[in-house]
This record gives sequence, structure tokens and C-alpha cells, in this order.
Amino acid sequence: MTSTTLEPTSAQAAPPRPKPTSAFSAWANRHRKWLFAAPAMIFVAVLIIFPLVWTAWLSLTDSHGSVRAAAKFIGLQNYATVLTDTTRFWPAVGRTVLFTGVVLVFEVVFGMCIALLLWRPFKGERWVRVAVLLPLVATPVAVGMMWRLIFDPNIGFANQVIGWFGIPPQPWLAGQETALWTTMFIDVWQWTPMVALILLAGLTSLSEEPQEAAKIDGASTWQRFWFVTLPLMMPTVIVAILLRGIDALKTFDILYATKGKGGGSFNEVETLNVYAYGLSFDYNQYGVSSTVLILFFLLIIGVMWALTGRRNKKKEA
Amino acid sequence: MARTTPLPAAGALPATRRRPLSTRAYPAFRTVALVVTVVALLLPLIWMVLASLKTNVDIYDPSKSFVFAPTFENYVNVLTRNNYFVFVVNSFWVAFVSTLLSLVLGVPAAYSMSRFTMHRSALVVLMARVIPGVSLLVPWYYVFSNLRMVGGFEVLILSHMFVALPLIVYIMMGYFDSMPLELEESAQVDGLTPIGAFRRITLPLSVAGMATAGILAFIFSWNNFMFALVLSGSKTKTLPVAIFDFVSYASIDWGGLMAAATVVTLPIMVVALFAQRYIVSGLTAGATKG
Repeated sequence: MTSTTLEPTSAQAAPPRPKPTSAFSAWANRHRKWLFAAPAMIFVAVLIIFPLVWTAWLSLTDSHGSVRAAAKFIGLQNYATVLTDTTRFWPAVGRTVLFTGVVLVFEVVFGMCIALLLWRPFKGERWVRVAVLLPLVATPVAVGMMWRLIFDPNIGFANQVIGWFGIPPQPWLAGQETALWTTMFIDVWQWTPMVALILLAGLTSLSEEPQEAAKIDGASTWQRFWFVTLPLMMPTVIVAILLRGIDALKTFDILYATKGKGGGSFNEVETLNVYAYGLSFDYNQYGVSSTVLILFFLLIIGVMWALTGRRNKKKEA
Repeated sequence: MARTTPLPAAGALPATRRRPLSTRAYPAFRTVALVVTVVALLLPLIWMVLASLKTNVDIYDPSKSFVFAPTFENYVNVLTRNNYFVFVVNSFWVAFVSTLLSLVLGVPAAYSMSRFTMHRSALVVLMARVIPGVSLLVPWYYVFSNLRMVGGFEVLILSHMFVALPLIVYIMMGYFDSMPLELEESAQVDGLTPIGAFRRITLPLSVAGMATAGILAFIFSWNNFMFALVLSGSKTKTLPVAIFDFVSYASIDWGGLMAAATVVTLPIMVVALFAQRYIVSGLTAGATKG
């Protein structure tokens, strides 16, 4: 009884017995490299390559109204139209670059400050970590709505707070001049924790020896940060900028949630992403929107290339 | 996140050496800075929850910022009158299934890409992170509406897998990179096939990594807005899209809107609180290797 029940289990537990492998399993094992990788790659490739090729094709046509309608091939005419469009396209490029640049600067500086604050152990560390994590996982659309209430010109908490300091009420999201800066503020609030966590991971993996050596040489805290920690942290800083930069260029949720379609009535927060979304799904201008998207994509690739190119050069040196 | 190097004990510093003012003032400064950080990060969220517990009359009254008679009226309205519970279930279902399927596809792929250093192949998957979603949506919408799939769960799950999969591959590649090869090799010497070794040795050992990747993929899928905005139908609407029902051109039901925002955000925050360690290690995966 015991031996019969044990028999199959022991066969499984004691692998040395040469298994009669089927032809299929032998084939699968030989080709496991692609067998494992191919499904995921095919999935992503199918969902990417066809749309990209199609977008590139649409950008050369006058497609509009319905994607099913026959579209005429018009060559580079869309590109000429878009690249000379100084009322919508170039301002959108400007806003995208400005938005990304400004939020990156603030997120990296604040993120570094928070990471340094959290670097060494302290009492109540757990709670601070929770506080850092919560904005990060909060649903961006809900975050947009939340700030919309806080920044409401009439009933918002923001104007109440600045009122305590005698500052006159601001229009915040409702103002044509202030809206973009307010959305930047929201983005910084939500994503600084992400940069802080990445930088903190970098800090904790640094070796202590250079720090100790600098301390023995009599370097002040500030000097140690500036001449020891920061140079050692540069690779991590660049990773953080790269990860955050790609997402910041593509920001959509917060802008859509706070200003709605088209980035507000004066398009005051219309970035390339919002512009392309509006062209596609509100105005059905598929040809023009595809052109904008192709240019947008080139911009992202360019930014990435500039950042990673610099990194690789440093590695070689 | 563990700190391996202990700080030098206080007595290790020569007691007679005068420490500069900045060093002496630092603990106090640090406490203040930490409090400011915590307040700045948490206060808006607290404000959202407070507003969700106020009547619309109280929201308009600045004297009742923090002191007011709480009411659950907004939540009752949101969950009963607006069918919000259906959207909660939708969001959960889409996030759960897309995460699960992405793990099934992504973990073996990451393993293969890590073991055989297929960097160029990995780049294909990571491209999904770089491309602006809008450029995919028009073609997707066209194809999926021709297949009569728009408004169904399948298309939402597919599009959310597109978000989850690159994340999982990225995290798991780093995880497998740091896992010693020897365990698997000795299992193979003992007679397991390479796939058998992966299944019986590597997979059980990477449960923590899969948890990290899975939780993060779930959060990103739960929070995803743009794909669901275009591809969901009235029956498959997810929470981030459903929230817009509270915004109309004439006026905004702030209490209801904040209750709805809390309903979207709270579940994911509870997940985050319990899985804190995993989320942090997932978000920072790959960052330290440069």
C-alpha cells in the first residue's frame, strides 16, 4: 500500500531517472529561448507595429470624418500644414517641452531632497514612507478632480490658504496664464515621490567608503553631498529623468481631468498628447492627428536618444 | 531597501571636536522638513476625503473646512444611484485578468530575455512604454470596432495588458538577472529538463518578484484612463472613466465627485499599504544598476 502510493511521488521527487522525453518536449526544450520570449513579443509587436505603420500611412493622407472613408494620398502636405501651424501645433510643442522641463527640474530637486531626508534611519520612518507612496498610487484622474476642488477660485482650499498670508485669490486652473503652471504643480505633487524612491534606492546602494574617506578628510556635509554623493548618483539621476521624462512628455490624465477636452477653452494646457487626442477623437482629423503623433513620437525618441547617448558615452569613458 | 551599513555609533566621533552648526542643527531641521513633506503629500488626499463627507452646502462654507457634521450621503448616492459598484467590479475584473495574463506571457519572456541576454528583443517590449498611447488608439479602435469588440471586456483587457506587460517584463528581467544560475544548473544535472528546471526551481523562487510585478501592473491597470476612455462601453466602463459622470458643464456635484474619487483611490491605497515593500522594489527596479 505504502509502496504503491509512494512510487509516483518518489519518481517525481528523484529526478535522476532518465525521463522518456517526448519528441515535443525535446523540441520545446531546445527552442525554449524563443518559445518563452515569442508570445510576449508577438503580442506587443502586433499591437504596436500595425498601428505605427498605419499611423505613418494616415499621416500621408487626408483621412478625416470616418476612418472607414476612403482617404486620398496627399504626400507630405499634412507635414507642411502642421509644421507651419503656429496657432495650435507649435504652442502645443512649446507647452509639452515646457511642462516636461519644468516638472522634471522640480521633481528631481524635490525628489533628491526627500531621498536625502529618508536616507538615514529615523523614528517614524514607516509613516513617512507611506506618505511618500500614497500620491504615487492614487488614481491620476481622481487626483486631477481632487486638485480641481482645491484650486477652485471661489470655494477652493488653495485660495483660503494663501488668504491667511494676505495673498489675493488666484484663478489657478481657471486662469489662462496660470492653468499650465497649476497642472505642473499637480504633476510635481503626484510624481516627485516616484523620483524620490528611485533616488533613495540609488543612495542606499552607494558604497559607504567614499563618504567615510571624505569625512576623514574634513569635508562638510554640503561638500560631501556636492563632491561625493551627487557625482556617484548621476547614473541613477539619469535613469529617474529618463523614466519620468517619457511619462511627463505623454501626460494626459491630469490635463484631461482638470481642463477637459482640448485643454480648456483657450487650449491653455493643450500639449501634443492632448492636441492629438482632440484631433483624433473630437474632430476626427485622422490625417493631421497622425502627422502630429509621428512628429511627437520623433520628439520622444530624440529626447531619449539624447539622454541615453550621454549615458553611454560616460560609460565608455 | 535594507540598510546594510550601520551608522557609526555616536561615541565614535571624537567628543572634543567642535561640530559645525549645520551638523548640530540638522536633526531639528530634518524633523521639520519631514513633517512639511508628509503634510504636503497627505493634506490634499485628506482634503478629498473630508469633502466627500460634507454636504454640498458645507463644501461652499470656508468656516467648515475641518469642522463639520460628517455625512455618508455622498457615498450612498454614488454607490446606489450611479451604479458605481458595477464600475468597481469592472475595474477590478479588467485589472485582475490583464495582470494575470500579462504575468503568464511576461514572466517566461523576461526569463528568456535575461538568461539569453536578448536585449534587442527586450527593447521591442519596452517600446510599448515609449509610444504615446494616442497613436495606437485610432488604429486599435478601427480594428476592434470592425471585429465588434469595442465595448466588450476583451478589448479593455487587451489594452490594459499592453500597459502591464512591459512593466512585468522590465521588473522580472532585473529579478532574473540577479538570481544565481547555479540552482537551475544543478537541477539540470540531476536530470530535470531546462523547462522543468524553470518550472520547478526558478518559478517557485521568483514568487516575490512576481508579486512585485503583479501588484504594480494591477495598480497601473486600475489607474489607466486613456485606453478605457476610448475603448470601454457603457457596460464595461471602468472607475476612472465613470468619475466624469459627475462633471457637467453647468455645475459640479463636488460632494459626489469627491466621494467617487475616494472610491477609485481608496482600494488601491489599501493595496499599497499592505504591499508597500513590493511596490517600492518594483518602482525602483533597474534604477540602481544604472
